Amino acid sequence: MSTRLRSRQALAVQATDVTLAFQQRPVLWDVDLEVPQGVLMAIVGPNGAGKTTLLRTVLGLLRPAAGEVRVFGRPYVEQRHLVAYVPQRGSVDWDFPTTALDIVTMGTYGGLGWVRRPGESERARANAALVQVGMQAYANRQISQLSGGQQQRVFLARALVQDAQVYLMDEPFQGVDATTERAIVDLLRALRAEGKTVVAVHHDLQTVAEYFDQVTLLNVRRIAAGPVDRVFTEENLRLTYGGRVAAIGGLANGAGQGMAP
Amino acid sequence: MDVLGDLFLDYTLRTVALGSAALGIVSGALGAFAVLRRQALLGDAMSHAALPGVALAFLITGSRAPLVLMIGAAMTGWLAAIAIVSIVRASRIKTDTAMALMLSVFFGAGLVALTFIQRQPAAGKAGLDRFLFGQAAAMLESDVITMAAVGSVGLLGVLLLWKEFKLLSFDPDFAATLGMPIRRLDVLLTSLLVVAIVVGLKTVGVVLMSAMVVAPGAAARQWTDRLGVMVTLSALFGAAAGVLGALLSTTAETATGPTIVLVATGLVVISLLFAPARGLVWARIRAWRSHRSLALEAVLSDLAALAAQHGSDATRPHDVGALHAVRGRLVVERALAELAADGLAQRHDGGGWSLTAQGLAEAARLARTRRAPGNVV
Repeated sequence: MSTRLRSRQALAVQATDVTLAFQQRPVLWDVDLEVPQGVLMAIVGPNGAGKTTLLRTVLGLLRPAAGEVRVFGRPYVEQRHLVAYVPQRGSVDWDFPTTALDIVTMGTYGGLGWVRRPGESERARANAALVQVGMQAYANRQISQLSGGQQQRVFLARALVQDAQVYLMDEPFQGVDATTERAIVDLLRALRAEGKTVVAVHHDLQTVAEYFDQVTLLNVRRIAAGPVDRVFTEENLRLTYGGRVAAIGGLANGAGQGMAP
Repeated sequence: MDVLGDLFLDYTLRTVALGSAALGIVSGALGAFAVLRRQALLGDAMSHAALPGVALAFLITGSRAPLVLMIGAAMTGWLAAIAIVSIVRASRIKTDTAMALMLSVFFGAGLVALTFIQRQPAAGKAGLDRFLFGQAAAMLESDVITMAAVGSVGLLGVLLLWKEFKLLSFDPDFAATLGMPIRRLDVLLTSLLVVAIVVGLKTVGVVLMSAMVVAPGAAARQWTDRLGVMVTLSALFGAAAGVLGALLSTTAETATGPTIVLVATGLVVISLLFAPARGLVWARIRAWRSHRSLALEAVLSDLAALAAQHGSDATRPHDVGALHAVRGRLVVERALAELAADGLAQRHDGGGWSLTAQGLAEAARLARTRRAPGNVV
């Protein structure tokens, strides 16, 4: 009992029995998400598997029909300040009249409280975050003039400024250039080295094993979850992706051993 | 100009100018947020929906006091907004349909109420029909004071909750994860938009008030990439359109609302054409310039290629007929003339052309720094 209690406390994110439906169609069915502290976890699954929905439910942006979300053992609502969010790049209007630095500064709003405006120290923190993602040269650039990869890095910097313990990212690698992909990977590793936890919706099966320690395979239900080397198997991928397994064969553990790196 | 002189002497004109400035500032500042949040049509629906509120407020209280009518207008305008949001949330009807529906229902109810009031024998009924197209000339000092007071509430709200409204407009989901009550903020910002609308209702009229909400913001967006500058500019544009339009309509005795709207639209057209970074005129000029400089480089590298084919004597004259055929005679002749003027190309006695030594060096530099734009030779 006591070991079970301790292991529960160690979980950075724990969503239990999450069920959610849009117009009678289940999107998530009795899904558990268990993320230990200090790991990089990928959420993987086909289109429409509910990956983004799961992330948004954890963040309280969607209300599940059933289930609860805990962060370090306590309800998410009480632990909000420990969780940072990197939405999909396409979810906002990049023609909004503002600069990269201003977007990053938005990450400090949560700690400011009502009415108070960000000041020198907030801007300094935002600048430091831009340096961390290699975007300091673009601080005063209007955000529509940034490339897709640069916009993604601005969003990452905004999450870094939140100085959270848990980072939830929705497709951070979607449509970015090689430089940005490298920068994001370095950043994920730096976060892990600091004991932070990252959960990212991820599409590219080729890089799951390289970038992440843990994986949750999702297709409306949770198919499997755990360390990549144990869970990311051809059998589990077949269960997750159904008939399209041919396209992904050879990627997973066990099947890819014969292939040279 | 007489009007300018009168502005300081004539009581009526001064009142009209002050009131129109106040309404322009408020609708401009809050309209900027409406433009960014894609609520232009919601503004239109709400201003139309304010009409029954005006009529009802008069029917219930018998008063035409500006504050009473504004409160009535705000209540039905706000009710329409709530109705639109509820319909979209509760049914499968889409937002545009819900807005069109509510706009016509509320506006229709307002017109019915107005005709009902017209048939009443009661005194003091006159003037309510002016809420349709607005009238600046009838503005009283009490109107101006009320407009300024109510308007300040709207402006104060934006100033106090600046960062909240900014984040709400840019990324509401992220705002929610920070713990901001985005639904309440959304309702509040929309309510402030209602405030901006009712402030201008009597002067501009319910039919065209939405233009005063949208036009200044749309114009201001062209000039800047900063939210603060945009909102300030939008307020200034709103004030300019309000004052200019109201004074024009008062002196020329045209309908006020339409006149103000025409001025505001004029500002939009000027901004669309001439704003420095986004202006269409500058964009065309930039495109034309880059087209010309590309043509110039192309002809330069063509000549360099011809020279290279003919070995040792690089400045030997060439017939440019082949270039004419491929790039177009006019383009080639104009490019050659410019190259000659810059000392990069020379015309020989027989009518042939070649690069100068300087031109050859320039062509070599271009070939190094960028891929040549497709040589024809």
